[in-house]
Order: sequence, then C-alpha cells, then structure tokens
Amino acid sequence: MQHKIDSKQHGPRGEAMTGAIESCVHCGFCLAACPTYTVLGEEMDSPRGRIYLMKNVLEGNLEQEEAQPFIDRCLGCMGCVPACPSGVAYGDLLTSYRAKVESERQRPLIDTVTRRMIIETLPYPARFRAAATAGKLGKLVQEALPDQLRTMLNMLPASLPKAIPIPPVVAAKGTKRARVAFLTGCVQTVLAPDINAATVNLLSANGVEVVIPQNQGCCGSILSHIGEEDRAMALAKNNLTAFAQIDGEVDAIITNAAGCGSGMHEYGLLFAWQPEQKMAEAFAAKVKDITVFLDELGLVGIPENQPERKVAYHDACHLAHAQGVTDPPRNLLSAIPNLTLCELNDGGLCCGSAGTYNLEQPDIAAQLGRMKAQAIADTGAETVVMGNIGCFTQVENHLAKMGATIRVMHTVQLLAQAYGV
Amino acid sequence: MTHPETFYQQLQEICPGRRTLTRHVDLLPYESDALVAFSTKPAAVVLPETEEEVVAIVKVCHAAGVPFVARGSGTSLSGGSMPIKDGVVIALNRLNKILAVDPQQRTAIVQPGVINLKISTAVKQYGLYYAPDPSSQSICTIGGNIAFNSGGAHCLKYGMTSNHILALKVVLPDGEIVEFGSESTEGMGVGPDLIGLFVGSEGLFGIALKITVRLLPIPEQYKTVLAAYDTLEKAGDAVSAVVASGLLPGAMEIMDKMALKAAEAAVKTGYPAGAEALLIVELEGEKEQVEREFAELVNVIEGTGAYAVEVARDEAHRGKIWKGRKGAFSSVGRLSPDYIVQDGVVPRSQLGKALAEIEAASKRYGLGVANVFHAGDGNLHPLIMYDGRIEGQLEQAEKLAGEILATCIKLGGTLTGEHGIGVEKRDYMPLLFGETDLDVMDNIRNQIDTKGIANPGKKLPTGEAPALKMHGMHPLEKAGIISRE
Ligand SMILES: Cc1cc2nc3c(=O)[nH]c(=O)nc-3n(C[C@H](O)[C@H](O)[C@H](O)COP(=O)(O)OP(=O)(O)OC[C@H]3O[C@@H](n4cnc5c(N)ncnc54)[C@H](O)[C@@H]3O)c2cc1C
Ligand code: SF4
Ligand code: SF4
Repeated sequence: MQHKIDSKQHGPRGEAMTGAIESCVHCGFCLAACPTYTVLGEEMDSPRGRIYLMKNVLEGNLEQEEAQPFIDRCLGCMGCVPACPSGVAYGDLLTSYRAKVESERQRPLIDTVTRRMIIETLPYPARFRAAATAGKLGKLVQEALPDQLRTMLNMLPASLPKAIPIPPVVAAKGTKRARVAFLTGCVQTVLAPDINAATVNLLSANGVEVVIPQNQGCCGSILSHIGEEDRAMALAKNNLTAFAQIDGEVDAIITNAAGCGSGMHEYGLLFAWQPEQKMAEAFAAKVKDITVFLDELGLVGIPENQPERKVAYHDACHLAHAQGVTDPPRNLLSAIPNLTLCELNDGGLCCGSAGTYNLEQPDIAAQLGRMKAQAIADTGAETVVMGNIGCFTQVENHLAKMGATIRVMHTVQLLAQAYGV
Repeated sequence: MTHPETFYQQLQEICPGRRTLTRHVDLLPYESDALVAFSTKPAAVVLPETEEEVVAIVKVCHAAGVPFVARGSGTSLSGGSMPIKDGVVIALNRLNKILAVDPQQRTAIVQPGVINLKISTAVKQYGLYYAPDPSSQSICTIGGNIAFNSGGAHCLKYGMTSNHILALKVVLPDGEIVEFGSESTEGMGVGPDLIGLFVGSEGLFGIALKITVRLLPIPEQYKTVLAAYDTLEKAGDAVSAVVASGLLPGAMEIMDKMALKAAEAAVKTGYPAGAEALLIVELEGEKEQVEREFAELVNVIEGTGAYAVEVARDEAHRGKIWKGRKGAFSSVGRLSPDYIVQDGVVPRSQLGKALAEIEAASKRYGLGVANVFHAGDGNLHPLIMYDGRIEGQLEQAEKLAGEILATCIKLGGTLTGEHGIGVEKRDYMPLLFGETDLDVMDNIRNQIDTKGIANPGKKLPTGEAPALKMHGMHPLEKAGIISRE
C-alpha cells in the first residue's frame, strides 16, 4: 500500500498514527476479534476498516465527519491488538486520532449534554454521588428523557452503597513482604466501595503495607479514552504530584480497575513532548494491576477449608487486551481450594461496557451485553468474576435482564471472601 | 451514479437501509482485499442476510449486465475479492450460520460466510473437526476457501478444500440455482465431478450458497517436532528425506530466518535460537502409531544435519508454534512496510534448489525475501519485502516475484498452490498453459456466464495478447478496470 500521510502536520502524535497505519498489512486477522464487526458485520466497523478510514482522513481523501460515526462506534476494547500479527499499535492510533479530532469537531446537542455529564461528574466521586442520587430521584421524569440519558440513569444501582473510608496507611499483617501505593479510583469508590476495601484487606493479609495518598483523584483514563486530552492531562498531573509526595519507596502502584491501569500505562504517550514526560513514564512503569502484583508476589495462607465453587472468569478488555493480563487472575483464582474455573465462549469479545460506551452507543452496547450474559449463563457457574468496575455494572444489568441469578464480583472480592477478610 | 437510479432501487428493495451501501465512505474499506497493491471502487456493496437475497441480487445484476464479485472476509492475497470497476460487491459475511451437524455421518451443512475455524469450534463437542486449515482460518470464510481451493499446513495428509466438500448449492451468474454432489459421505453421484469444477473457480462460476463439508475425528495425539538448520537448503532437502522414509506427517512446514524473526516478535514462541531455517513436522493419529513414527522421524532427521531438535512441550506450546507459523505473513509487516506474498509450487525434490535460486535472486535485486511455506506440498511462499514509499521499489519487487514464479515453472512446478490466480497472476497463465488450454477454460466460463458478469477480469487472461510481465502498468490498469495505490 502506498502511504501519503504527512505526519508532521498532525502534531506530537502524528508519528504514532503514521506508524500504526503503515504497519497494517490489511490481512483481516483482526476482524474476528472485533466486537463491532461481529455485531454489525460490515468492513467500516472493523479494525482494518477503521484504520483504512483514518488513513484516508489523514491523507485528505475523506472528510473527517464522514468517517467519524465508524470511529465513534469503536469500543476501544483493543480486542484487535493481540489478534494482529503485524503488531499494529491500534491503541496509540485510536487515542491519538480521537484527541486530534475531538479538538476540531462539532457534536449534536444531545451528545454534548451526555459528554458534559460524563466529563463533569464521572471523574469526581462527590459530584458523581450527588448526580447519581439526583438521578434516582429523577426516575419519575425519566420517560421524558432522551434515550442516551435514560441509559445512563438505568446503569445506576437502585441505592448507592455507603462509602467505606480507608485510612492513609494500612499495615501489613504478619511479616512485611512489600510496600505499595494504591489508586482508589473515582466511579468505583461510589458504586462499589467494597472492592477497594477488599483490595486493601487482601494486600494486608498477604503481608503488604498499603499507602493511600489522600489528595489523589481520578487518573484521567476515562477522559483520555474519549479524546478529552487536556482534561485528562490535568487530572493525571494531579495524581503524579500526589503519588510523588509519598514518603519512601513503594514496590508498585496498585490499581484494581483495568480501565485505570491501561490508561496509566499510556501516561508516557499522554505527556509526549511535555515537561512531565519522564516523570509520567516512571510512574507508568510502576503501575500494576492488583492480580499481576499478587501473582508475582505469591499468595500466602489461603484458608484450606473452602466451599465448592463454580466460577466463570470474564476477561475485561482493558486488562486482557490492553495490558495482556490473562493468566494472573486465573492463577490466583485457581489457588483457591475447591474452585472450578469456567471459560466463556468467545471470551475475547467485549461486554459492551468499555468506559463510556454504554452511554454513547447504547444499542451496540446492549447487544454485546446480551451476548456476554448468555455466554456466562452457558457455563453454569454461580459466580462470575472480573477485574473491572466498568464491566461489572454492564454484566450485572444484562444478567438481571435475562433473569439469571449469577453473582457478579470483582476478582479481589472473591479472593478476600476466601481469605475471610 | 454510474448506473440508472432503478438499479440501485432494486438493490435497496432486496437489501434495505444500511444493507445497500453507495457512499464514498462506505465503499472505501471494500476497495481492496489483502493484496493492497491493487484497489478499485465498486458502484455498490450489498450485505445480504439470506440465500434468497443473494439470488435476487445476482438476478438484478444479470438483468442489468452489471458485474459482481462475492466477498467473504476479503483475505484473498491475489486480488480475488477486489471489486470490479462499477460492479457490485456481494458481501457474504452475514450468511454465517452452521445449519446442521451430523456427528454420525460426520458432516456439517454451512452457509458460505461461516468462518473456517468456527466449524471446528462448533463440532469439537463431538470429537470432530474440519481439516483444511489455511493460516487465515481464524477469519477466512468457507465460501472463499471454495473459490480458491484453499489449503493449509495440514493439507499434506488430508488434501485441500476440494477433498472436503461433499455437496454444494450454487447460484449461477444468471440467477439459476443448481446443486452438486450429495450430502452423504459415500455416494458422490454419477457423472462429471462438478464439485471439482466449482471448487477453485475463483468466483467465476457463481456463488456458493450452501455447503456440505466432511468432518474428521480429532486425532488422539499430536507430536510437533522442530528441527533447526544452518542453511535453508538443508531444511528443504530434509523434507524429501522425511517423505522418502515413507512417513506421512500431518504437516511439514519451513520458516526461514526472517520469517522466524517476525513470528517470534509476534508471539514469543521460543523457536530454537540462531536457525537459518526451521522445519516443523507434526505427527498425528493414534497414540501408539505416533510414538512409533516419532522414533522413526527423529532417526531420519538426525541424518539431515539439523543442529537442534525440539519437541512441543504441551498443548499450549504447540498452540504457540502454530500461532507463530500461521501469523507469519502478517508479522512480516513488522519488518517491512510492504511486501508481496508469492505462492509458487515446485516438486518436493526441487525444494532445495528452488530456495537457493530465490536466495540468489533476492541478493541480485537487493530486496529481502522471507520464506515460510508448506514444505510437504512443495508450496513456496516467498515474501518479497519492499518499501512502497521509495520510488520504483514496488516495480522491482514485482519483477523479482515474476522471476521467482518463472523459476518454479522451470523446475516443473506451477503458479499457485492455494492463493489463487486472481488479478495478480492472471497474466502469468500463458506461462503455464497453452492457447488451447486457455481457450477451453474460457469456453467453459462463457457457457456458464454468458454475460461475463461473475468476477470478470480475474483468473483468465483476456483474449488479446496477454502481457507476461508484472512490472510497469498492469494490463487491467491500462484498461481502466483497476487502479493502483
Ligand atoms: C495472512 C494470510 C495468510 C493466508 N494463508 C493462507 C493459507 O495458508 N492457505 C490458503 O489457501 N490461503 C491463505 N490465505 C489466502 C486467503 O485467506 C484464502 O484465499 C481464503 O480462502 C479467502 O477467504 P475469504 O473469506 O477471505 O475470501 P475473499 O478474499 O473474500 O474471497 C476470495 C475469493 O472467493 C470468492 N468467493 C467468496 N465467497 C464466495 C462464495 N460464497 N462463492 C463463490 N465465490 C466466493 C471471491 O469472489 C474471491 O474471488 C492467506 C491470507 C492471508 C491474508
Ligand atoms: S490484523 Fe493487524 S495488520 Fe492485519 S488487518 Fe488487522 S490491524 Fe491490519
Ligand atoms: S478496539 Fe475493539 S471495537 Fe475498536 S476496532 Fe479494535 S476490536 Fe474493534
């Protein structure tokens, strides 16, 4: 293929985009791994098609607006990345392209309203809590709301769980084996505070001291994944500072939200050409998903006496595809005595949650959610576990719609349960 | 609009809404298959969802005299599913149902857009699988496999696609529906082998609508052996040695240094280090037989100068070995911005010689060539690497590709093992076939496709004196039928 992209013309990320596009050999191996191609069955909604459309836009053969619906429909699930033998850095391409386009585009009013809500509330626990509560009160007037906003409200649980405060330092139980810093996350603190509590308890039970910088906030990933680069950078900067203030060394920066983990691993790219680039890269190098960290450290002292459990594991995209983490959670779960681990059919396909996707593309998200719920039900497991809060809500909603009584848990919640902590 | 408004309306009636595509942005992603050196924009892409819709579209095209091309997943490497200028692309990927499985008879009835690997996944529960395994099997469709008589690593033992198709329902280019073969595994019926005629016809004889495939029992055991060599020629000669010993492995593949480097980068398989060439031999069958053959194989390989021999440790390791091998073409994209995959065949005994000649030609042109191939079948896949951004390199690469094909033919081989002729090798056909042969083929085509609307311009050279070289303007480019990027 001949390429005529002038990468200089496209800013600091021009090189990343050109590199990814030029390494695509158009073989189509990624098609089967792409949820939107699976659901929509058309080339424009496949990774190969999207790369080709972006190429044409960047080369000036195609109007950006014309291509945009297909780019918007991309889940950013990165299913195409491990499927690609040619090593196309699709994630870098997509994030860069979206950042470029977002600064130039006009959105329909309703999209703008939804986006504003996402941008202004999701990253801030206090605001999100307030909005969520108001949203519930507003259920009466929901009929009058546009579809997208209604979907967003429907995602919220009937009542919000009580916040669980976590102290700035949690000591290691028994011999101290490691010291880590912990990113508490934003949406998660509101929707499922229990996950953070389980994480901290699990670490502590395994001899890990946990430091929780108190002035940390949202990591910005949710915004950088939708192309809101400047806001993402501001949030990220805040966390770089907050974590830099920790006294002494930590072995890792732990996250239990796959979306945050994958976003923070991209900090180097987010701060390309910025004065903070080095600092951001050093931070990114320390970020570890909780399952990766525990698998490397090795679990100690799981109580032997465990009930029989049949558990399905769902690969969150931002963990499995974006970070290549598939074995560690499975290893940890398999370490629990009497636990049978079940694999899902087409397990690599996204559940349709993908950050803000179920807010922005409710139809496709719903279809993928149904497919995932079915695959989970087919295993006959009584519990399904996963490593990302985003999938959590989506999977729970669709299992409930099916009438399936399968419990949805975070990997760390099940582990904490097994430890009795 | 290239055609009268009524033509598009008729398509819309069959495939309403977003299932008939005519906008620039929708057509762009369909303008090439996996051979990206060529592209053509069609007049429309239609996305039928039933057999009836496919038939209706063909009838509309026939009535209007508009050419069409069937498309599965668009992984053809020879321009087979590239659109025809102002023609219609009939995308069959939504006809993706497995209609029936008969575990007793060991058959399955499938729609044409079913992905090759999905058949094996679906029948695994019965201990069965679909044997032909093109490297693209995770995405290529049965319809595409039929059109190209696709093969794969394991076709050495079990034969190509044509050996596994029992019955076909086809819509001919004029809209007539015909059925060939029989759904039972025995009675192939009397009379000419029409399945044999259709399989490999590259979409020139119409569109396969419903396919009955043969299934095989999953072998009890696999044993995958890797032998590393310090020259490519030694690896090539080892293939003959294995065959001469009377062994019939399930697969016998070779990858050279470049291909190994690319595949290793893609899947981190841990192939033996420092090899100039790697021979992969897979034995399969009943446990005892595999063990017996394994002892014999190790014996043979010892005499071929391999400096390291390894055996796949477990199923996961075996999976990785094959993943690396099957993704090898695409992973070469990591080494070079562009490449041409060739698909020549030589008699097995000439493998060593052919490889030496390819190496010499590669040096002469100063262009890197990575080799990965179905060695057991003598089916070579040299990947000629070039940089399309450098003026003239594509032409050089095509010239080198042409030389390699000529070498294959000189050594008693042929033009394509499995990727088809398509547009890419159409003009080499006269190197292999005489005028009478080509006339007979053309005659058959004209009988079946009186208006010449089913994938015209592919496979068969046109009447006028065909150009024998690939460099410079392709004859189809001159005629304005395709354009090149
Ligand atoms: C990286 C890579 C590796 C490959 N490895 C192999 C390999 O090991 N072995 C091999 O044989 N091939 C290989 N191929 C080539 C390709 O995958 C095969 O030719 C495959 O069969 C094409 O299937 P498809 O669904 O993509 O068909 P398409 O490319 O969409 O179409 C191929 C041809 O089939 C015709 N066609 C499609 N559907 C029908 C139908 N229902 N009825 C009639 N005609 C139809 C089209 O018109 C076209 O001429 C490889 C390709 C790539 C990119
Ligand atoms: S698998 Fe990779 S190289 Fe192949 S089409 Fe997809 S992105 Fe391009
Ligand atoms: S990121 Fe996901 S949805 Fe987007 S192209 Fe890749 S596989 Fe498809």
